Formats: sequence, structure tokens, C-alpha cells
Amino acid sequence: MSDHPDETPTLSKRRRIIVNDVYPAEEGEYPAEARPLERAVVEDGPPFLQVESLSVVFQRNPVLRAIRLTINRGETVAIIGESGCGKTVFLKSLIGLIEPEYRQGNVLFDGNDFYGMTTRQQTRERMRFGFVFQQAALFDSMSIGENISFPLEQHTMKTDEEMEAIVLRLLAEVGLPPSVHAKRPGELSGGMRKRAGFARALAMGPEVMLYDEPTTGLDPIMSDVINELIINTKKQHEVTGIMVTHDMKSAKKVADRIIMFYPLSRLEPEEPQIIFDGTPEEIDRCRDPRVSQFIRGEARERLMEMTEAYKPQYPE
Amino acid sequence: MPDISKKTSEYGAEEITDLVKLSRRPTLLENIQQYVEEIGDVFASRVIYVGDFTSFAGNVFYWMGVKTVRRDALARAFYQIGVLSLPVVMLTGMFIGMVLAVQCHAQFKAIGMAERLGGAINLSLVRELGPVLAAVMLAGRVGCSIAAELGTMRVTEQIDALTSMGTNPIWYLVVPRFLGCLLLIPALTVMADVMGIYGGAYYCVHVLGIESGPYWENSYHFVGGFDIFTGIFKSLFFGAAIALIACHQGFRCDAGAEGVGKAATVSFVASFVMILFIDLILGIVLERVNQMLGNVPGIV
Repeated sequence: MSDHPDETPTLSKRRRIIVNDVYPAEEGEYPAEARPLERAVVEDGPPFLQVESLSVVFQRNPVLRAIRLTINRGETVAIIGESGCGKTVFLKSLIGLIEPEYRQGNVLFDGNDFYGMTTRQQTRERMRFGFVFQQAALFDSMSIGENISFPLEQHTMKTDEEMEAIVLRLLAEVGLPPSVHAKRPGELSGGMRKRAGFARALAMGPEVMLYDEPTTGLDPIMSDVINELIINTKKQHEVTGIMVTHDMKSAKKVADRIIMFYPLSRLEPEEPQIIFDGTPEEIDRCRDPRVSQFIRGEARERLMEMTEAYKPQYPE
Repeated sequence: MPDISKKTSEYGAEEITDLVKLSRRPTLLENIQQYVEEIGDVFASRVIYVGDFTSFAGNVFYWMGVKTVRRDALARAFYQIGVLSLPVVMLTGMFIGMVLAVQCHAQFKAIGMAERLGGAINLSLVRELGPVLAAVMLAGRVGCSIAAELGTMRVTEQIDALTSMGTNPIWYLVVPRFLGCLLLIPALTVMADVMGIYGGAYYCVHVLGIESGPYWENSYHFVGGFDIFTGIFKSLFFGAAIALIACHQGFRCDAGAEGVGKAATVSFVASFVMILFIDLILGIVLERVNQMLGNVPGIV
């Protein structure tokens, strides 16, 4: 599959793919856990997210080129790819968190062009999203409780008691003790900070969760805790998820669909940047050597290429 | 491209041609082209910087107008900018008043006008040194701190986090700091002036032995309301420039510790230069206004 519109599955085809892969039709009734996915595939109207020919030049380097993709409501999509392929730039570009030197293309949420909105409309639109940052991005000057209640304080009229109750519920939901409430982010471990960031992202009851390398820098157990949290969040809050990662284990465990980006520096001008778009089962069967190299984590000729590139240019 | 794993003697004709192309010295035309490109790059980057700064400042004024600043954020900014800067600004003002007395006394005494020293010291303080020194201290203490704080927030994605939560970072982070600098610098300037006046007076009267009565009498005659207005009016522009430059540097901070350090340094240097530039321009303009009003000040 590729990012070319003609090759992108139609909504009905996509519906069939998802339903067949995860909940085979002959099994009859869908299990209760399927509700978010079920909702995703039966909704009519425009898809939740449409990215139309998005190109981004950042710090004089083209990072994204003519990205086209569609994400349906309720899906959890993992965007994978090696470092520098533009995953994070893509994720942040979705809700305008970066200001590139050059940007072309559109991002449509429910058919509404995000880049065409006014600053205030964009600000309002962003409240539909919860963003889990790579390093949690908690505010150093606030306690964990203040961090989590920050969006509530900014955008709701809730009383201190109501906010306190929400904070304690969210802390419990991400597996943090109430005692961290008064602590500063600097007093917590990386895993705890990440979970606190997760709780903050959930505070406003988002429709979409965006995860920027949620398991990076964590031990294997804590990484799996985060994976479980992402799965539980999808079940409990019925959210659409877009996760950027290079952790294949995490991507396969969490995602309904995996999209692989490839660095533009390694592509010919006419080649599409999305080199894979399919289910976790399909990626294992993918015959593209670039995909198999990534999922197996093989260096192959890379080291030689890099050392050759940095050798002195002139022979003796 | 020649194959660098081979010896030169093993090269074919095509590889030798490539090697010659690679190893030849650039022609004069190519050198000129490179210089022009470099100058163009520098010019373009300056134009982009000015455009970006203007757009940033426009955004600050926009958010100041469309949404009320939270009182707690404003109180925190006022405390950080005003209250915590007060001791250092007062101390600087006092010392500069004394230094002026030390430096000018000999000259004034030589022409027999030591009693008029108060007029010179106080006029210098109220019109120039008070506002400029208060602004420089604010640029050093508050401007650098703002640039470093916002820079760290940028590097650690805290500004992105604010944006992602539907809170405009300019409204939340910049507007309170801008208002703090803009509204409190006149107060800091007045405090620097007052401490400078008293510092100068103390040194002149108690150390140099100038008569207290004539000293204050001269001060009263030579320092007018317009002089005090000039200093305070200028300080408003200094405060705005310091806040905008510091916040802009913080928001556009490069990654890493070096980026944060650079943002703080550039913030101070740019603020300092801008303070002096604004001082010159406003000095010329206000002097014209003063003359139009018919006030011709003079110490002697």
C-alpha cells in the first residue's frame, strides 16, 4: 500500500480490512471490547483525519513530502520509521505545533481544514487532542497535581474540589499514588513523569491521543506498562490514537494499523515517503527490504555507507 | 565521483576527469558567486529575523487585546520583575549618584560652582542615567532570566505542551511578562532616580562638604517636570523592548544547553543595544519637543 490516492483503500475496503483482521465476520456478534472499533467502522461522513499532500521543510531540510493518508475514528495508528524520517514533525504538524519554513498541503479533521482556521479556532480545535510528549513536557514550576489540572483550570469552570477529584482519578488510572500529587516533576522517575504526562493529556477527555515515542527511554517493563495504558485508554475513553514510535514491539501490540515513513534523504524524488500502510500482521509479511530491515533492526550496509561518506574525499 | 578505495594510478580517464574537477581551485567568478551567496544569506536571515520579531510583537499586542490576562500570572510576573529587581536597581542608582558626585566635583569646584553640582547630578540621573541603568539592570536580571526560562521551556517541549492543551503560549507566558516589564519599569526608574539623588546628595553634603541648602536649591531649579517625564517616558519603551526581545529569544531558542545560554546572552546584548538606540532616538525627539515648549535647560 502506498500514499497514492488511487492505492489508498476506500472507506468500505478499509472497513472490511479492519473487521476481517480483528473480528472475523463469521464469529457473529462483536465482543464488547470491540465497541470503539465498531464505532469507527460504521460511522458515515468524512474520515476523522485526512492528510492531503503534506510537505514540510524544516530548518532548510525537506522532512515530509506529499504525505497523503486517512485515519478513521477509533483507529490506533502507529507511525514508524528510522530517526530523522519526519515522524515527530508529522505528528506535531497535525495540530500545528511547529512552524516550519515551508509547508504545503492540508490537514482535515472531520472535513475541516486545520491550517485554514484562525489562530483562535486552531486553539479551540487543539482541545480535542491529548498529546503525550517524548519527555513528558511537564511544567517544572508546577506540582504534578497542578500539571494535571492545568487544562481543566484553563478551559473549565470546575471548582478546586472537582479538579482535585479528577486529578486523583487520573493518577489512579495511570498507576500513580496520590502522594505524587504535591511533588514536582523533577522528583519523579522517567516512567512516573511519562505517566503523569499521560494523565495530563487525558484530563480534558480528548477524542484523539497523540503519542510521541511514548516508550522511548523506559525499561522494558515500564514500556509495556505504557503500552497497556494506551490500550486501556482506547477501551475506556474510546479515543483515536496516533502513535509515533520506532519500538516495533510497542507498535505491534498497540496499533490496529502501522504506517512506515522513510527518510527523504534515502528516497528518489518520485518515490512515496510512506513505504508501508497496513496491519501489524501484514508488516511481518511485507517483502519490501526497507520495511523488513527496519522491523528486524538490521544495520546491513548502513555503517559502511556512513563511514564511506565521512572518509576524506581525495585519495593519497 | 572517483572511487576512493583505489590508488590514483589505477584510475581510468573518466575518474581522473572527475578528480580534476573536484581538486581544482575555484575560479574568481566562483569565489565572487560564493561571497555574494554568503552576503545574501546573511541579509536574508536578518530580514527573516526582523519579520519574525515583528510578527511576534504583533501577536503579543493581539493577545493582550483579545483576552484578559489571569491575575495570578500577572501577580507572579510583577513579583518576579518588580519586587525582586527593586534592591539591585536601588543599589545601582545610589552608587551611580555617588560616582557622579566623585567624578564631577573637581571640575565644578575648579570653576567655582560646586554648589551647582546637585543640578548636574540630578539632571543626568533623571533624564538619562536613571532610566538607562534601571533598564540595563532589568535586561540583565529579568531579560536573561526570561530568555533562559522560556528557552528551557521551548527545548523541553513545555511550550508545545501548552499549545497542545489549547492555551496560547504567547497569551499565557509572554503577555504577563510584557506587562510586568512595561508597567513596572517606570516605578523602578523612579526608585533608581530617588536613590541616585539621595546617594549623590549624601556624598556631596557629608563627604565633600557642600552646603545642603544651595545644593538642593540648585537641584530644584535645574530639574523640571519635563525632565522627569522624559526619563519615565523613555523607560516605557525600554521595558517593552526588553520584554519582547527576551521572550522572542526564548521562544526561538535552539536546542540544547548551548541554545538556552545563547538565547540569554543574545537577549541581554540585543536589549542593551536597543536601549541605547531607543535612548538616542527618543532623546533627539524629546529634546525637540522640549525646545518647542520653550524650555531651555542649563546648569550654568
